Amino acid sequence: MGRIGNKFGKLRVKKEKALVVYLTAGDPSPALTIELILTLAEAGADIVEIGVPFSDPTADGPVIQAASQRALKAGTTLSGVIEMVRKVRRESQIPIVLFSYFNPIFAYGVKRFAEDAKQVGADGILVVDLPPEEAPELRVHTDAAGLDFISLVAPTTGGRRLREIVKSAAGFVYYISITGVTGTAAPEIENIAGDIGKIRRLTKTPVAAGFGISDAAQAGQIGRLADGVVIGSVLVRLIDEYRHSDGLMRAVSDCIREIKAALR
Amino acid sequence: MKTVPDKRGHFGVFGGRYAAETLMPALLDLEQAYGKAQKDSSFKKDFDLYQSRYAGRPTSLYFAERMTRQLGGAKIYLKREDLNHTGSHKINNTLGQALLARKMGKKKVIAETGAGQHGVATATVAALFGMECKIFMGEEDIRRQAPNVFRMKILGAEVVPVQSGTATLKDAMNEAMRYWVSSVRDTFYIIGTTAGPHPYPLMVRNFQSVIGRETKRQMARQEGRLPDVLVACVGGGSNALGMFHAFRRDMGVALVGVEAAGRGMHTGQHCASINAGKAGVLHGNKTYLLQDAHGQIRDAYSIAAGLDYPGVGPEHAYFAATGRASYVTVTDDEAVEAFGYLSRHEGIIPALESAHAVAQAMKIAPKMKKDQIIVICLSGRGDKDAQTIIESM
Ligand SMILES: Cc1ncc(COP(=O)(O)O)c(C=O)c1O
Repeated sequence: MGRIGNKFGKLRVKKEKALVVYLTAGDPSPALTIELILTLAEAGADIVEIGVPFSDPTADGPVIQAASQRALKAGTTLSGVIEMVRKVRRESQIPIVLFSYFNPIFAYGVKRFAEDAKQVGADGILVVDLPPEEAPELRVHTDAAGLDFISLVAPTTGGRRLREIVKSAAGFVYYISITGVTGTAAPEIENIAGDIGKIRRLTKTPVAAGFGISDAAQAGQIGRLADGVVIGSVLVRLIDEYRHSDGLMRAVSDCIREIKAALR
Repeated sequence: MKTVPDKRGHFGVFGGRYAAETLMPALLDLEQAYGKAQKDSSFKKDFDLYQSRYAGRPTSLYFAERMTRQLGGAKIYLKREDLNHTGSHKINNTLGQALLARKMGKKKVIAETGAGQHGVATATVAALFGMECKIFMGEEDIRRQAPNVFRMKILGAEVVPVQSGTATLKDAMNEAMRYWVSSVRDTFYIIGTTAGPHPYPLMVRNFQSVIGRETKRQMARQEGRLPDVLVACVGGGSNALGMFHAFRRDMGVALVGVEAAGRGMHTGQHCASINAGKAGVLHGNKTYLLQDAHGQIRDAYSIAAGLDYPGVGPEHAYFAATGRASYVTVTDDEAVEAFGYLSRHEGIIPALESAHAVAQAMKIAPKMKKDQIIVICLSGRGDKDAQTIIESM
């Protein structure tokens, strides 16, 4: 089992829920991204999702769109993101998931990507616009490299499709907690409870819920239903707010501590 | 020649369904509903009836005699899609998709638009079938295609301005997709070209294929034979595929797609994704895209808002890769000149998009024999472009 599976295993023993944290690589700069990830890990984040910025992020709301633009302006590329992972891995054993749209990976070369990502110490890969129907062209390589290919389940996913996605899930099942793009609406607890219940009946793979979770209270509520919660836009907004300030790391650390406390 | 696409929407290595999971169930439902409609004779009857009684089909295949004489080569015919209700070929597709939306019980429709022609055609069918309609349009396009913005509003549609990126067609499509992700349970997305995730490229091509079928029949009646060359402009590629589809197995008919070279291929300010792009994935399909070495999409540019897109429909990528069609480029200046030429010498003001096809025909006709025949797909009329033409003078 890899770092992701181990982490969920350990948390289960401690009766804690995982805090999965998304940030956009290269926002505001590559150097700060590394420091930010180490700060997140220190403050209690259990898994980090490093977003590869893309020019046309159609699954993202305004906050992550703006972060992607800032990161691209700062010259961030997928090769650069892989370098960031290498540097983080020298100092931390936090599980790392690369979160991307498919085109940057396709341009990099699917096989080379899988090998390089594994080699620098990434643990999982999540591609928002690569549904199971199109996934094999990447997954043959990421499976071979030993990266967890993380599958998404949406509120609109049902029936046989849900069964098939869950069956082939690795690492954890990512349940999208709103019918919408990132950071735009508040999750509705009842729907989430129902959907996560369905997933649980189909698999023992851990389930993390994310999209639209914006504070510790929501995280706590959803944490009672899932094995983990994912936060993204809240943190990215905070990074934007403090990116010119000495208080950046402190603000990020406080935010993570508060949310993690709700998951213990 | 293989039948494309395959069951999963692949045209060779292109096409497919690279969509967010939230949209996948809706795309599968749509595919199923469309499959059923294709076998349903009452759907076909409705579609044909609206095409003829409402949109005004068949459009004429007009022999441009003066133009032919002046250029001194091949005979030039214009397939007059500009004569359709709303002024372009876009209505062929929006009628089909709106009928499908009605069949699926959807009362809300959304669309992206560049030139505004697809927006107008969508607003029109929404009014016709009593549907709520939102059109996403880049701010730059709202500026340069103002007459169409007014038309959409008059028809009762809401026009949502999009500011991101270059505020043109690609950005409008991004925003329409985002909105669809949040509204997918009750909203039908009427994509305006042969792009997007499967089944859109297939469905839009089929709804547009009436253009080529009519042309073939009209040509048989008027000339008693097949044409030698078909020329059409390529944005996402729907008017071109609509024209080409019926001729795809007639290997003696050359298919020529015209991409916009904007300020010139050497300037990088163009939107010739087949001529200058690389394979990649955007907006739900794999195709040729203008992009940098790291897979970031590059800004496209053309004077014609409807061509100003950094990708192209996957079936065109397939035709280019297999050599069935050839793809050439025409600059802003050449298109503007053709726009003026057709207006003054045939009394037909073409859309700036269509003017790219006219310009290409003007290049090749003089080099062809007098008994050869070119058909230009005149995809739309140019009233919307008055402002842009004035600015370019
Ligand atoms: C008149 C006209 N022709 C052509 C196009 C380009 O689209 P397509 O390549 O799908 O035909 C447009 C798009 O707006 C248009 O308005």
